[in-house]
Amino acid sequence: MTTTEVPTAGGSPEPVPTSAAGNPIGFGRMLRKEDARFLRGQGHYVDDVNLPGMLHGAVLRSSYAHARINAIDTSAAEAHPRVKAVITGKTLESLNLAWMPTLSGDVQSVLATDKVRFQGQEVAFVVADDEYAARDALELIEVDYEPLPAVVDARRALDPDAALVRDEVEGRTDNKIYDWEAGDAAACDEVFAKADVVVTEDMLYPRVHPAPMETCGAVAHMDKVTGKLTIWTTTQAPHAHRTLYAIVAGLPEHKIQVISPDIGGGFGNKVGIYPGYVCAIVGSIVTGAPVKWVEDRSENLMSTSFARDYHMKGSIAATRDGRILGLQVDVLADHGAFNGVAQPTKFPAGFFHIFTGSYDYPAAHCKVTAVYTNKAPGGVAYACSFRITEAVYLVERMVDCLAFELKMDPAELRMKNLLRPEQFPYTTPTGWEYDSGNYPRALEESMRIAGYEELRAEQAARRADPAGKPLMGIGISFFTEGVGAGPRKHMDILGLGMADGCELRLHPTGKAQLRLSVQTQGQGHETTFAQIVSHVLGIPPEDIEVLHGDTDNTPFGLGTYGSRSTPVSGAAAAVAAQRVRDKARVIAATALECSPDDLEWEHGRWRVKGDPEQGKTIQEIAFAAHGSLELPEGVEGHLDASVVYDPPNLTYPFGAYICVVDVDPDTGEVKVRRFVAVDDCGPRINPMVVEGQVHGGLADGLGMALMEVIAFDEDGNNLGGSFMDYLLPTSMECPSWELGQTVTPSPHHPIGTKGVGESATVGSPAAVVNAVLDALQIRAADMPFTPAAVWRALQGRPLRTDLAIE
Amino acid sequence: MEVSMTVNGSPRTDSVEPRLLLVHYLRDVAGLTGTNIGCDTSSCGACTVLVDGESVKSCTMLAAQADGAEVTTIEGLADGDRMHPMQEAFREHHGLQCGYCTPGMVLAAVSLLKEVPDPTEAQVREGLEGNLCRCTGYHNIVQAVLAAAKAPAGAGAGS
Repeated sequence: MTTTEVPTAGGSPEPVPTSAAGNPIGFGRMLRKEDARFLRGQGHYVDDVNLPGMLHGAVLRSSYAHARINAIDTSAAEAHPRVKAVITGKTLESLNLAWMPTLSGDVQSVLATDKVRFQGQEVAFVVADDEYAARDALELIEVDYEPLPAVVDARRALDPDAALVRDEVEGRTDNKIYDWEAGDAAACDEVFAKADVVVTEDMLYPRVHPAPMETCGAVAHMDKVTGKLTIWTTTQAPHAHRTLYAIVAGLPEHKIQVISPDIGGGFGNKVGIYPGYVCAIVGSIVTGAPVKWVEDRSENLMSTSFARDYHMKGSIAATRDGRILGLQVDVLADHGAFNGVAQPTKFPAGFFHIFTGSYDYPAAHCKVTAVYTNKAPGGVAYACSFRITEAVYLVERMVDCLAFELKMDPAELRMKNLLRPEQFPYTTPTGWEYDSGNYPRALEESMRIAGYEELRAEQAARRADPAGKPLMGIGISFFTEGVGAGPRKHMDILGLGMADGCELRLHPTGKAQLRLSVQTQGQGHETTFAQIVSHVLGIPPEDIEVLHGDTDNTPFGLGTYGSRSTPVSGAAAAVAAQRVRDKARVIAATALECSPDDLEWEHGRWRVKGDPEQGKTIQEIAFAAHGSLELPEGVEGHLDASVVYDPPNLTYPFGAYICVVDVDPDTGEVKVRRFVAVDDCGPRINPMVVEGQVHGGLADGLGMALMEVIAFDEDGNNLGGSFMDYLLPTSMECPSWELGQTVTPSPHHPIGTKGVGESATVGSPAAVVNAVLDALQIRAADMPFTPAAVWRALQGRPLRTDLAIE
Repeated sequence: MEVSMTVNGSPRTDSVEPRLLLVHYLRDVAGLTGTNIGCDTSSCGACTVLVDGESVKSCTMLAAQADGAEVTTIEGLADGDRMHPMQEAFREHHGLQCGYCTPGMVLAAVSLLKEVPDPTEAQVREGLEGNLCRCTGYHNIVQAVLAAAKAPAGAGAGS
């Protein structure tokens, strides 16, 4: 058996040799293989797919949040000379496709038949010669709507007089989706009753949107001669989509090819199947031609998977000297009009019950109630690691609220309660087994980089000056992530276990191809997965081609989201390479006429122990494996391996973040002066790529804390439906990020790596919010801290940021 | 109607609808799909191209308005096999991840250095404010542009 190669803790990786092309043969900074095509405009995104005879689709969307459809007149649209087909819910009903299953056991309307349930919902689909004609024809469709009262405020969704969102479900009388709980309520009651201090706080993690730069789209081509459906589509999970299309459309799975070409960012927005994809497929079936559908930005923001929308009430119990005893939380989760959250089946609230965070205390309990409202479906997206964003926000805000009440430094309070290194592996009060960690070291490192004591001294001096402006705030967040879903006995999506396949094939000349089930959306898999194989086999990474994003040419797996690529498929790639190395040993021994036990591995070569001149490089072995060398009985020729990796546990990256803000009390403007992020994601395959992903996540967190929100007015009109209304951080809002690292390998991952893609998005919002509130010297107010929200908070009248209703 | 323009050094004339946006002309008529569309409201800058050397959001300009102009898209920036110093700097400094904002960001940066050849970090940030990126947090993009400004062979001279 191969041994697990876990670099030692301490952060100083062993030097690795460099290839002829100047790349590390293994881990290390390496420029990305992907970049040459992207920089030259040769990226190939879905909208770049152009097929002969291709038609274009456009979706007619509801202008109402809630309205009955009395009639739809498509005759004028059908008469448009360049229109080829108009599809409505009635057309789909005849194909049994008007509704489709969601990833959470609910159904979702593809094109509305009875009524519309959110503004922007899909009502009809036009197929025309070009996109301009298709959109012209949308204007010709007459829909007779009968407006209904809309359920806009989740906090009133369960009122007895609330309108019923899902009245098509027989026997349904209210808008509740589920009640769910985790932890030990009785244990909480006990510690809360005895605690010196209990702090309770309401907080909202508002509805936000992942908003990747590329919107969602598809090109569907049903070849009637061969019966094969090919669909180029913006998906983070091509294999899962293939299976779902087979289930939804009743098409044979072996006749479906899902191609996910270059993807312009995903962040969870491209996990689910949207009605537009299904309409493109139906459009191709109806017209016999390939059909392209690409949504515009407003469609993306208003109808595809939103994120968060958690209304939380937390209570934290502690001793007077700051020892945390317990945490409990009640959540009201707004799931929109259909329960379309994308998460493992057995986890209706995702991984929210990891909310105990990074601290050592015995009692915790959460209760989550999910409701339908007249808003777009979704909820698990935007780099949230299945709702760990909400969980980390809750605990990190509650710890700061406690510090506020105890008048204690929030860093000191955290240090006092962080889990200690000797406690790992650590089982949390809600049942998560954290694999490894050295939390105090990470917090100390972040404080060192920030110059925490000096910052506090500066703040004290400023506060002592009555004319001191702007207001200075320092915010801390410590997070524990849980990524790499997941062990298949616990985690599945629609019954599909979350294990990943991977195939590694060495060619006779020693070059390699690695086939992955996961799908990059900018993460750089073509580079970093080559480095994983290079690390294990000693083949230069430029000699390893990574293939992904085409279900006909890659093994099955559940895709890239929840930071799962490195923890799951990265492990699969490492194990595949280890198996190749094991087989190479036998072949080398045969060629050298010795026992495999007489050989030892040096990077890229099996050599004879005690006679290191005698040996075979992996390239020589690859040729021999394909040649005429007589192999021992039971050893097949060629040099390849196929793996299905079922992770034994999640991996648990963590980090300590410190944000420094300056707030102008007269305008409410917040300026992020500094942001220090210390991440521990285990060994870094490519530090440049890790740092880039952290930078991006930090910008996400800053955006959510200060700018981003999808709010609604009382009629359910979406107020965040364009980039003029849904504000994303630009280069002006973002500071130069200051990064640090510690390295604590995962003990159960074959190369110790933990995954990092979502860490910064998960960890950073609380740091920014804690900094703003520290500047304002108030205990609580909700994101996003727009100038208006800050100003109102300073007046003691915090805004309800999710509603444009006073 | 008929429009004529020079795209990446090659003159061309096409018959188009008067309402055709420049970005659709470049992508669908000229077949240059390197220019991406991100928002339709001229908020994101993914569709940035150079029109007579100035950066323009091509989703907010009609093809007809570019009649007679010289247009440079990302496909026209490199000198054959040799990438433009700005492209090199983005690669060296990891100024891109998913690549979708990259063509527009690179061209906006080229235009910026033409106006401000030796910018401060603050000037780079201000100059790129109209281009959104969701992957990089802008950090490495800013580093890339600052490095390109220092690069030899007139990185800031435009295409």
